[in-house]
Amino acid sequence: MGIKSKDLISLSDLSVEEMKEIFINAKSMKEIIHREIKKVPTLRGKAIINLFYENSTRTRSSFELAGKYMGADVINISAGTSSVAKGESLRDTAKTIERMGADVVIMRHPASGAHHILAKAINARVINAGDGTHEHPTQALLDMFTMLGHLGTLSGKKIAIIGDVLHSRVARSNILGLNAFGADVWVCAPPTLLPAQVEKLGVKVTWDMKKALEGADVVMVLRIQLERQKKGLFPSTREYAKLYGLNQEKLKLAQDNALVMHPGPMNRGIEITAEVAESSQSVIEEQVTNGVAIRMALLYAMGGGKFNVTA
Amino acid sequence: MLLLKNGLLVDPSQNICEKMDILIANSKVVELGKDIKASPDIKVIDVNEKIVAPGFIDMHVHLREPGFEHKETILSGCRAAARGGFTGIACMPNTNPVADTEGVIELILARAKRYDLVEVYPIASITKGQEGKELTEFAILHECGAIALSEDGHSVRNSGVMRRALDYAKMLDLLIISHCEDEELAGSGVMHEGLISTQLGLAGIPREVEDIIIDRDIRLAELTKGRIHIAHVSTKSGVELIRAAKKRGVKVTAEVTPHHFSLTDAAVKGYCTNTKVNPPLRTEEDVYALIQGLQDGTIDCIATDHAPHAREEKDVEFDYAPYGISGLETAVPLAWQNLYLAGHLSMLDLVKTFTTTPAKILGIDRGTVQAGKNADITVIDPELTQKVKRETFYSLGKNTPFQDWELTGWPILTIKAGKIVMEKGEVNE
Repeated sequence: MGIKSKDLISLSDLSVEEMKEIFINAKSMKEIIHREIKKVPTLRGKAIINLFYENSTRTRSSFELAGKYMGADVINISAGTSSVAKGESLRDTAKTIERMGADVVIMRHPASGAHHILAKAINARVINAGDGTHEHPTQALLDMFTMLGHLGTLSGKKIAIIGDVLHSRVARSNILGLNAFGADVWVCAPPTLLPAQVEKLGVKVTWDMKKALEGADVVMVLRIQLERQKKGLFPSTREYAKLYGLNQEKLKLAQDNALVMHPGPMNRGIEITAEVAESSQSVIEEQVTNGVAIRMALLYAMGGGKFNVTA
Repeated sequence: MLLLKNGLLVDPSQNICEKMDILIANSKVVELGKDIKASPDIKVIDVNEKIVAPGFIDMHVHLREPGFEHKETILSGCRAAARGGFTGIACMPNTNPVADTEGVIELILARAKRYDLVEVYPIASITKGQEGKELTEFAILHECGAIALSEDGHSVRNSGVMRRALDYAKMLDLLIISHCEDEELAGSGVMHEGLISTQLGLAGIPREVEDIIIDRDIRLAELTKGRIHIAHVSTKSGVELIRAAKKRGVKVTAEVTPHHFSLTDAAVKGYCTNTKVNPPLRTEEDVYALIQGLQDGTIDCIATDHAPHAREEKDVEFDYAPYGISGLETAVPLAWQNLYLAGHLSMLDLVKTFTTTPAKILGIDRGTVQAGKNADITVIDPELTQKVKRETFYSLGKNTPFQDWELTGWPILTIKAGKIVMEKGEVNE
């Protein structure tokens, strides 16, 4: 099968069928992660480059391990330590990497849409590991995979996304994916942290966390960047925690066995209390394992090879 | 001597729209007539089935020289203007150094005169260094050739300074052109704020960024009884503010750019940086209101806001790219197709927005084809259909969002002071 689109920039590049196939394969990949010898030869001889223009520990190592478990050669390039720091343009960096023989380039970049430049410049397949405030499709895939593992289906399930939706690429990708699977998606944040016309993305919008939580099957808490407070988007972390922090008492409004998720890294005590993060309802650590499995399945589906236009 | 034969003369200054021959000698129009006889010493150009209009004037151009010659020079900008059918252009002061002293104004005028392609009217800055604090020497700058004043690229943030500028300019009857933008409200915005900015994850610029300053500057013009021209209006609400002000008798005029009436924010999908422009591309509703504004005279003229940039500057991530569109060489066919052929404006009204009206706003004796007046003439082929090709631009700025658009109604002849400066797309120097 594989994936029709050359690149995965937006989750909308994938059909529902393609996502389902990735989820099925991710189950098998998860077994590999738990093996004694965590290595399969599927992508042997393939070169994968992690090109990171933003700091990241979780996503970068998740992709790196996924590639290595699958037998590919993976190298990491961070913007701070490369020619990028010397002012090289993204296009030139992309061309250089391509000439070295990369088959897949995984990029994280602080500017929304940067992947379009990369994808147009090179023949290697491009995977978006987060671009500005636009999208983070593999995070949405791993989130959906995690939800499906517990709920069996997403259709009609109430998913409450709580926090800085304005700046969240995780939220944008999840909204696309969850809607495609028929979920009932809610977003909840103070008005200053919601993007214009967000309701037109097909979500229910509320400023009242209680309404978002009532009867929710999944509560997805977003990380609040502390510098947003300095930009005046909310008055204090104290007030943010009071209004939008998830604690055990608020969580009672959701379904009894509602899942608690967080893309990490967490600000404990602000958007989520330690008790909730470590409660039996929390699948935050499982998200991390699933992240590696999903990325293995994705690299497998994208062939690790050059995109064949005639395929 | 030059004779333009059999063309359809469209001259809004005299309300003429009929077949007429035009005889030109020594930089002036000598005679208009039904059947002027050619003689051996007259070069005849047959412009049968072509539109002959007063030379087009673009009152909003960035020539970039001095200081940013990698983006555009006075020479390349003048060539682009001639190619685009313009015989006169007013250039904005955001050069380096800023056009805030006689030296810069005189440099621009002297070089433009040396190239002798199109007329260049320099606009001086309102404040020294465009810093928004101290007024420039309006009278001295005007005397040495500054046609108007503008802080283009920014608003004068301090309302007190803007009030004094309007007040002081009044005694010279000098036009102040306002770029309307509340920069704090715009924040980190890079495109119109709406569903598309949300989908693309790009920070938005709401209409109010523009409207608040349009409203402020109209009120200050009202207070001072000064004259204000609103640059590149892009919003429906802005058009409404100007319409209401005109009804009250405020001395306000306004311009719209071809890209604002030809494109919407949907063009930003795909993150092409040639669609990044300030003010941003808005919505269908705004485009409709802008066209209505042109129809009822709320918007007086069309100006390009020609903003050339070097390729490597635009060839970057959307957030990092500079704002601007290279507009001189696509303005006329865009207007012809989207306003005239689309049935929004009559031929006479369309030509007026490029000629008589900007001439009047700038206070220059242009925008007419009459015996005894300067022979500035633009000829348009209303049948010519061709694709926009940035590779053919004379402008150094190839930053156009209209690449490969097939457009009808191109300028084919530009005559400045009796001299042919462009023929069939080729610039004559």
